[in-house]
Amino acid sequence: MKFDTPAAANPIDQLKVVGKATDRIDGPLKTTGTAPYAYERHDVVANQAHGFILGSAIAKGRISRMDIAAAKVAPGVIAVVTAENAGTLGKGKWNTAALLGGPEIQHYHQAVALVVAETFEQARDAAGLIKVDYQAEAGAYDLAAARNGATVAKGEPDSTVGDFNGAYTAAPVQLDATYTTPDQGHAMMEPHATIAAWNGDKLTLWTANQMINWGVKDVSQTLNIPEENIRLISPYIGGGFGGKLFVRSDALMAALGAKVAGRPVKVALTRPLMFNNTTHRPATIQRIRIGATREGRITAIGHESWSGDLPGGKPETAVQQTRLLYAGANRLTAMRLAVLDLPEGNAMRAPGEAPGLMALEVAMDEMAEKLGMDPIQFRILNDTQEDPEKPGRPYSQRQLTECLRQGAERFGWAKRDPKPASVREGRWLVGMGMAAGFRNNLVTKSAARVRLDGQGMVTVETDMTDIGTGTYTIIAQTAAETMGVPLDKVAVRLGDSNFPVSCGSGGQWGANNSTAGVYAACMKLRQSVARKLGFNAAEPHFADGHVSSGGHTVPLAQAAKDGDLVAEDQIEYGDLDKKYQQSTFAGHFVEVAVDSATGEIRLRRMLAVCAAGRILNPKSARSQVIGAMTMGAGAALMEELAVDKRRGFFVNHDLAGYEVPVHADIPHQEVVFLDEVDPISSPMKAKGVGELGICGVGAAVANAVYNATGVRVRDYPVTLDKVLDHLPEMT
Amino acid sequence: MRPFTYERATSPADASAKAASIPGARFIAGGTNLLDLMKLQIETPAHLIDVNGLGLDKIEETPDGGLRVGALVRNTDLAADMRVRRHYAVLSRALVAGASGQLRNVATTAGNLLQRTRCPYFYDPNQPCNKRQPGSGCSAIGGVSRQLGVVGTSEACIATHPSDMAVAMRVLDATVETVRPGGATRAIPIAELHRLPGDTPHVETSLERGELITAVTLPKPVGGAQLYHKVRDRASYAFALVSVAAIVQPDGTGRVALGGVAPKPWRVEAAEAHMKQGAKAVTAGLLADARPTDDNRFKVRLAERTLAAVLAEARG
Ligand SMILES: Cc1cc2nc3c(=O)[nH]c(=O)nc-3n(C[C@H](O)[C@H](O)[C@H](O)COP(=O)(O)OP(=O)(O)OC[C@H]3O[C@@H](n4cnc5c(N)ncnc54)[C@H](O)[C@@H]3O)c2cc1C
Ligand code: SF4
Repeated sequence: MKFDTPAAANPIDQLKVVGKATDRIDGPLKTTGTAPYAYERHDVVANQAHGFILGSAIAKGRISRMDIAAAKVAPGVIAVVTAENAGTLGKGKWNTAALLGGPEIQHYHQAVALVVAETFEQARDAAGLIKVDYQAEAGAYDLAAARNGATVAKGEPDSTVGDFNGAYTAAPVQLDATYTTPDQGHAMMEPHATIAAWNGDKLTLWTANQMINWGVKDVSQTLNIPEENIRLISPYIGGGFGGKLFVRSDALMAALGAKVAGRPVKVALTRPLMFNNTTHRPATIQRIRIGATREGRITAIGHESWSGDLPGGKPETAVQQTRLLYAGANRLTAMRLAVLDLPEGNAMRAPGEAPGLMALEVAMDEMAEKLGMDPIQFRILNDTQEDPEKPGRPYSQRQLTECLRQGAERFGWAKRDPKPASVREGRWLVGMGMAAGFRNNLVTKSAARVRLDGQGMVTVETDMTDIGTGTYTIIAQTAAETMGVPLDKVAVRLGDSNFPVSCGSGGQWGANNSTAGVYAACMKLRQSVARKLGFNAAEPHFADGHVSSGGHTVPLAQAAKDGDLVAEDQIEYGDLDKKYQQSTFAGHFVEVAVDSATGEIRLRRMLAVCAAGRILNPKSARSQVIGAMTMGAGAALMEELAVDKRRGFFVNHDLAGYEVPVHADIPHQEVVFLDEVDPISSPMKAKGVGELGICGVGAAVANAVYNATGVRVRDYPVTLDKVLDHLPEMT
Repeated sequence: MRPFTYERATSPADASAKAASIPGARFIAGGTNLLDLMKLQIETPAHLIDVNGLGLDKIEETPDGGLRVGALVRNTDLAADMRVRRHYAVLSRALVAGASGQLRNVATTAGNLLQRTRCPYFYDPNQPCNKRQPGSGCSAIGGVSRQLGVVGTSEACIATHPSDMAVAMRVLDATVETVRPGGATRAIPIAELHRLPGDTPHVETSLERGELITAVTLPKPVGGAQLYHKVRDRASYAFALVSVAAIVQPDGTGRVALGGVAPKPWRVEAAEAHMKQGAKAVTAGLLADARPTDDNRFKVRLAERTLAAVLAEARG
């Protein structure tokens, strides 16, 4: 199905199933512990051996000698894989550094060996017996120090509109401020894990991967074997946040280990490996300049960002939203990329916007204060209904102002005292902050197969993944709505490379595109059903498990009485995303209390008002947004991969050291979805919400801390040591 | 994890004797610290002696009106004991400020006292660490040290002792009872249990090889307002940046110990003479010898402000 004109009325608009708050159909499996996650798939193949990955002890240099003799003869050991016996390996398109290091070492904890043994403990013990001599080389680990040598990244030119410098210089009110965000880790619950089994030259990987088809391609490229010899199976994923978009060392080393051992091998990354062996959200330094008239109209807006990555890597696109969010005739955005020898940077939930808005939306708060304006008014005044870089290119939907107005109303913004440090409750300094949330809606093709059987059961198959987001359920809702059957008449099978290629889970594109693909396949199945039942005249009506046309009504199942009916199709997009800017919007509101003695910052209330197209399942959408708000609170207040700038690694590489919010940190969270349908985005008229929820939250927290204390912290995370020296004297 | 053998001790004396005679033997109580360290091969005991079944899990009143807390009493049970809550509130408060509910259900009194540091470099066997590998150097000095110690530290090690419970026990003047390999017992004032690192940071306590903690005794209640204030980046399930245990009497005198700042619960009795003058004076005495790093310099001010808040709360 080609989607190149805005969606007209269609079966989804019935909203009998879609749009209803629906419990996860996979909920019982999860709550009974029977959803099969990669590492626990003991039943899929017999004789599984255990692999343990040894990570490099240095950040940069070479292995001069590796002695695996003791490990090889340790109890239970079956095989040891290193770069020496792994054969020639390629590198996946989505990997920056090699997944197996040696002799060259590109980053700390890069895998240098896999020990395969009968038990996990034997493998771990033997890995400790491997002796590696390293020749360490000096590396670059400090973004601030590397900043001056940073260059324009490939494919990321500066973007300029009008005369930024001239307009900024001439502006009567100016802001020039620099913000920093630290490296952050995905820290999802389930570690990267894979079971690999070879059958001749065919490889099966039971793994945890958000993007099945990318995975197949990258395994093929890395192992130099044809794609058709590879099967990836990943039906349940215990969180990803972008950390599982790519094939990582667990999958590669399990495949190599299984080859050398001659039997299936399972590998999970241990928690300490997850922070330095895999990817992370890179740190940024961001300079923002805003020039405005005294009335508060932005005349110049500039956003420059510096980040680092391994050679061949990519910048954190922190300036992305600034190209689109606010009006202003003169504009400049630029990114510079420095070479750093830290582990590779890559996507983490809302890459670009999440750290970008942590800076931009504090800058907007600072500017509003300079102008003596309410920060909401300032944003509304500079709202735009068209792409500010390309006047005449409208937004498909843009209800930012409505998000902010409704949010202000619900949150009691009018009660906020704009003068910082003026509200005190006992020992607490109390403040409110807000920020705009913004995240683009990405459209990309996605396929599915649907089957109708003689019992009237509809089975959907697509290689789409559910990373805990609720994909199973919205896909079932889509099929149920389109085929006119109740939810329990739909079975959904995901995450298998034998199924049609979907959009996968990432960039908050999963929900809209994967359901649109399922819708396309279902519409095709409806045609087969109509033909089979001899309903040739008008478009038949599918409802309540029946099909009716011209006064006749027959059970849907009847269409499959002579055998299953199968249809496969994909959604493909025309150029509506070129003609229209498609984005999602939010207003984030936060109240904090800061301990006037210790500077401890505690959240009191959070509200997000979101405009993100049709909300397919308000229950799981809300879960996505409150989870993202929680992650945004973590980014604001505590998350930081602490870099050892001498040794080149993230020091706090476990969950005791890398703090993410716990229940006690998260207060009442309220989420409101504006009534919106976006016929430009897809036949589903939906967009994404999974990343929108994090975008802007960090800034709203920082702005609330400022309102509470009068301390403007521009270096995240906003921890107590950064406000302590500015708190009221104690008696 | 290295392979190890395991046995259940039959009596405290048996446990102690075996721990002294079997090479590489260690006691295991709740295992919440030891097992984690074994998985990372930071601790590699060859033999584990389980001391859970020795009847050391009771809380009894002592003849002089104090409490004798068995070494195996779980943190949860100790915190919930009515006598503790009523007369040693600082201990109850410190306990519930530590770790998580699940961990406290398993963690024991002795295990908590003897838990090892949370210095991140100690936890990474690739990094030099004098505590883990004597003589290899200290990575934390000049590295990431926000969590680490500001006082009582040395050129060899700046790690802290991470326990909350121990800070309260220090302010309560608890006594640690032990049995030694020969069967003899002794009582160690809590102030003397933990050692400062000096140039041997791997030697952390004054216990002998094989010496088993059997109980911790609390002297008879001293009354007063008993407060524990733990400061941390997140609201729960985090080690203290700074913590303050205080007992403040109605006349303004009292006792103070700090956590999160030193290799042991940090108390300087002489500083308590200044209690009536307030937090600044007391902290000046407590942290007179502080040698913070750039990363953790804020702890000095934080300690003073936290104590000020605690004293204000005690005054009501
Ligand atoms: C994620 C996490 C967070 C935590 N947060 C906190 C916190 O915020 N505050 C806090 O105070 N603690 C915290 N802890 C530490 C926790 O309190 C300790 O792990 C626990 O108290 C140790 O008790 P255990 O009985 O499990 O000790 P074990 O692990 O069994 O033993 C610890 C050590 O004591 C020795 N030992 C045990 N019993 C005896 C005995 N009777 N005589 C002599 N030696 C003995 C063992 O040989 C071992 O060396 C945390 C732990 C974890 C894992
Ligand atoms: S501070 Fe102590 S524990 Fe930490 S690295 Fe230095 S010696 Fe090791």
